[in-house]
Amino acid sequence: MNVPAYNFAYLNEQTKRMIRRALLKAVAIPGYQVPFAAREMPMPLGWGTGGVQVTAAILTPEDTLKVIDQGADDTTNAVSIRRFFVKTAGVKTTEVTEEATIIQTRHRIPETPLTEKQTLVFQVPIPEPLRFLEPRETETRKMHALEEYGVMHVKLYEDIARFGEIATSYDYPALVNDRYVFDPSPIPKFDNPKLDNCPALQLFGAGREKRIYAIPPYTSVKSLDFEDYPFSIPRWEKPCEICGSRASYLDEIVTDDKGGRMFVCSDTDHCRKQKSAA
Amino acid sequence: MSALLSIERVSKNYGPRIGCSDASFELWPGEVLAIVGESGSGKTTLLKCISGQMEPTSGKVRYSTRAGREVALDAMSEAERRFLIRTDWGFVHQDAREGLRMGVSAGANVGERLMAVGERHYGRIRSTALDWLGRVEIAGDRIDDSPWSYSGGMRQRLQIARNLVTAPRLIFMDEPTGGLDVSVQARLLDLLRGLVRRLGLAAVIVTHDLAVARLLSTRMMVMQGGRVIETGLTDQILEDPQQPYTQLLVSSVLQV
Repeated sequence: MNVPAYNFAYLNEQTKRMIRRALLKAVAIPGYQVPFAAREMPMPLGWGTGGVQVTAAILTPEDTLKVIDQGADDTTNAVSIRRFFVKTAGVKTTEVTEEATIIQTRHRIPETPLTEKQTLVFQVPIPEPLRFLEPRETETRKMHALEEYGVMHVKLYEDIARFGEIATSYDYPALVNDRYVFDPSPIPKFDNPKLDNCPALQLFGAGREKRIYAIPPYTSVKSLDFEDYPFSIPRWEKPCEICGSRASYLDEIVTDDKGGRMFVCSDTDHCRKQKSAA
Repeated sequence: MSALLSIERVSKNYGPRIGCSDASFELWPGEVLAIVGESGSGKTTLLKCISGQMEPTSGKVRYSTRAGREVALDAMSEAERRFLIRTDWGFVHQDAREGLRMGVSAGANVGERLMAVGERHYGRIRSTALDWLGRVEIAGDRIDDSPWSYSGGMRQRLQIARNLVTAPRLIFMDEPTGGLDVSVQARLLDLLRGLVRRLGLAAVIVTHDLAVARLLSTRMMVMQGGRVIETGLTDQILEDPQQPYTQLLVSSVLQV
């Protein structure tokens, strides 16, 4: 047997300690973006380097890992990240939400309710919700420090003025623990209610932007809205065409070049379970 | 009754160069003060120092709040100062693009300050925005247009509406009519004069245009080389200037 080429879960222990320190701080101040010294990972920025580093820092040999991309376990990003941890950490993996202790995700929160024993790790492209309204990082930090969040509503106002409703459908800004406005990564706003009062620990890692933030278990997360235009989640007219679920988030899939399309659950694990139960 | 704003020996140096030095004055509620002088005389530096955008090298700026308490600007916490600037004060920039959020519609521009102080009702924000657009003579059907599609004069008026929507008590203006053609200037001045009088606003206006000072202001300060060389009632200074520089300034206005 050769000496293993990697430390457990790829990152060296010093780096993991640095990330854990940032994680502790993030958990202590829910929604606050903690800077950390993100490392180069053996994958391109934008493929989930932030999430991978957070997962690597909290992973133990006893953990069972699930990785999803757009809700699916079998898409490129999910498969390669799962393989990465199988190779570097030798942990067990699963596609069943209930069996996982750590779930790394891109774009979705599983439909199956999470438990206190689980940790959800998000891959975040842009952690700063104020970025598109105020490009100066010095200014946005000051705005967070002084709770100057009026400008967030300017964005929602624009939506209503232009489209007649709050048309922001993903990356929907929310207020954590009545203090920090945060960016829930590009999950659809359909998933925003799942963030609120969730029993699982939720960690967010942005590798390119070098920021970590967190929502501890049972923390309030309120999606921003107007009194006369309250927050609402999308509904579909038809159920999932595979499992018939009416309660899950549906993806539109183009099936041919003649206009054929079908709506199916984006959460593949949920869809499989619903189908076998039916 | 106490002065709304009192400035005490405010100086600002840019390294060895003097921006403005030893400026002192008091501004009373409802009063409009014009600061005139040539380019580079320190008008804008002084305005930035007293409006909290720049820290003076020495001197004090005191403001008496709605609660009647007198506060020194440098003794306030940053949160308090920024809140004051957002609610009780307004700032009209010479270039409307600096004062507006160009990426969002006119309605959102007017509504921003309302949302910043906690208004969370879309219908109310919109009707207030419409009301203010009307007051600055912008047609209501332009409410959802981007300020990019507005003319220079309209942008300037939009900027004024955006500042006045939270009913501030004090408004700072830096060359509000600069860069506009003469007929648009006249309309804007007329509008400003009406608004200032009707709302009982106090204002500090920086301008190099004596006509603007004559039309809007009650009192005037003349600056040269960073120093205040003459102060007094506007009519008095314009009719009977004492300093040689002021005399030159008044006599160099073109008569048509």
